[in-house]
Amino acid sequence: MAWFDSAILNTSAGIKAVREQGKKFVGFYCVFAPQELIIAAGAIPVTLCSTKEEPIADGEKYLPRNFCPLIKSSYGFAITGKCAFFNNSDFIIGETTCDGKKKMFELMADFKPTVVLEVPQSAKGELQKKYWNSEVERCKAEIEKRLGVTLSDDNIREAIRDLNEQRSLMRELADLNKTDPAPLSGTDLLKVMWARNFTFDHLSFNRELRALISSLKIMASKGEGALLNGAPRIIVTGVPTGIGSEKVIRIIEEAGGSVVYIENCAGMKQYLFDVDIHGSPLEAISEKYLATPCSCMSPNTGRLELLAKLAKEFRADGVVDIIWTGCHTYNVESHILGKYLAKHGNVPLLQIETDYSHGDVGQIRTRIDAFLEMVAKK
Amino acid sequence: MRSAGIDIGSRTIKIAVIEDGKLVYFFKTVTSHNPLELARDLLADIEFDRIVATGYGRHLVKGHLDCPVISEITAFVLGSRYFDVTCSSILDIGGQDTKAISLNSNGDLCKFEMNDRCAAGTGRFLEVMATVLGFTLEEFSAAALSAKKAEKINNMCTVFAESEVVSLISNGADRNEVALGIHKAIVSRSAGLLKKVDSDGKVFFAGGVALNRCVRILLEKELNRPVFVPADPQVVGAVGAALSARD
Repeated sequence: MAWFDSAILNTSAGIKAVREQGKKFVGFYCVFAPQELIIAAGAIPVTLCSTKEEPIADGEKYLPRNFCPLIKSSYGFAITGKCAFFNNSDFIIGETTCDGKKKMFELMADFKPTVVLEVPQSAKGELQKKYWNSEVERCKAEIEKRLGVTLSDDNIREAIRDLNEQRSLMRELADLNKTDPAPLSGTDLLKVMWARNFTFDHLSFNRELRALISSLKIMASKGEGALLNGAPRIIVTGVPTGIGSEKVIRIIEEAGGSVVYIENCAGMKQYLFDVDIHGSPLEAISEKYLATPCSCMSPNTGRLELLAKLAKEFRADGVVDIIWTGCHTYNVESHILGKYLAKHGNVPLLQIETDYSHGDVGQIRTRIDAFLEMVAKK
Repeated sequence: MRSAGIDIGSRTIKIAVIEDGKLVYFFKTVTSHNPLELARDLLADIEFDRIVATGYGRHLVKGHLDCPVISEITAFVLGSRYFDVTCSSILDIGGQDTKAISLNSNGDLCKFEMNDRCAAGTGRFLEVMATVLGFTLEEFSAAALSAKKAEKINNMCTVFAESEVVSLISNGADRNEVALGIHKAIVSRSAGLLKKVDSDGKVFFAGGVALNRCVRILLEKELNRPVFVPADPQVVGAVGAALSARD
């Protein structure tokens, strides 16, 4: 894990290396952004979703206080120029995912070139598929125009293979936690995910990830776990969480729970499905990204089915659904998810609504303690 | 075997001792600014074989008392069963927080909801309003019960509700009717919390606010379900902690 810990700290060196190669950065926020197209264009996609508390004060000067902390934080970083990745991004790819992001991109366009893709309200039919296909094509055209390149099917397929390889490795890593006890702690899984976001040298990252997987396999074969044997197995889901905003995951593990899976947007959600390597690369990309089970989609039945399936495969004792204050879609979906899991597998769900501050750690701990005590009894 | 339970709340510390399945000792005092020292002083004079801590100060004393801890939710579930096994829901309105719990048919924890991020609808809310109206807490409850109709209070935030009450009184509203309005507001909020945990059946009502007769009567009316209040509603968490010490 040492390599991953230091990868998170050495990000500025990463930026320098990329610039020295003459490459450009393209920033994005949501996992709907077709990263393959950026890679195919010879640029580096970099995620800008912020997990830090500090920039929120700046964000609140422009955005409403009752906004989601992730957006306030991200905008705070953007408008003050305090984020090196934002500053180094040639342009931003955004999406009309939630109300907050939609309007934030409008403000952002004043000081940063943005390409905002319009995501359909659902993924349920042909109309939505066609709509998103045309947006992905527009995205390709914008990337070509802004970076002065032409994307061939071959470029795109190579990018697809590159990202599919990473997805497959991440799935292999996450699946190791199917054993009991789980060899990888939730906090460490989060670190790997975070390191991936800021490691632009894919070869190095993949190599380190393979090494980690090997050493965890050895741990698992010896029956060694990240937490105590018999620790309640918890799947975490909900809003994007990362290093900086990992409060709830940390509290669960401090309270003795084993976080065996992180389904959130910044977590495994984006790695679950590969892009089909056959047929039209643009259509394959479009298909994979439209299937993202984010709560901004209505209905979001994919997420319900996914969590019921994961709870079974990972033999979860409970699910903790993290909701940022102000995130209405995930908040309402929590109730729908709770009912669904009660019906499909009788899996208890605990909703934790919080923000980036640290004032409510005690209150969260009480709820987590009560939840873990309850699931331990079953 | 004497099992003790200590419930360190935001306003009061409660200690209970169970021996041979019976509650043999109970003590309650104000938490103060140094709960750890106070807890140690209180426990020095009590005999027990095992002790479990609960309440918001449980992790504070855990290391010093070298004892296990349980959440106040679990403590309340266990404690309520000591007093009554026919209840399927629990409502605890304390000094600064409120919790609603629903139980399954085995009497185990099913769902819980807490309001512990602001004092709306808690004991603090009642205290502040009583003071503004010039009542003691006992007078406050009696005054509310004597009113024929309620003056509606729209704010749940303690700070804003205080302004609203001052405004009502200066415009000539009847003190008793305002008092009833405040009691109704707290009951309505609690009923909302109980609904969130899909509660039904008899309600076990505990916490300091359960001592308020007007709240009890209004709660029964609002829920249209029987409400049971133990003789000492503040002891429940400590009893539950003590009972868990035996397992």
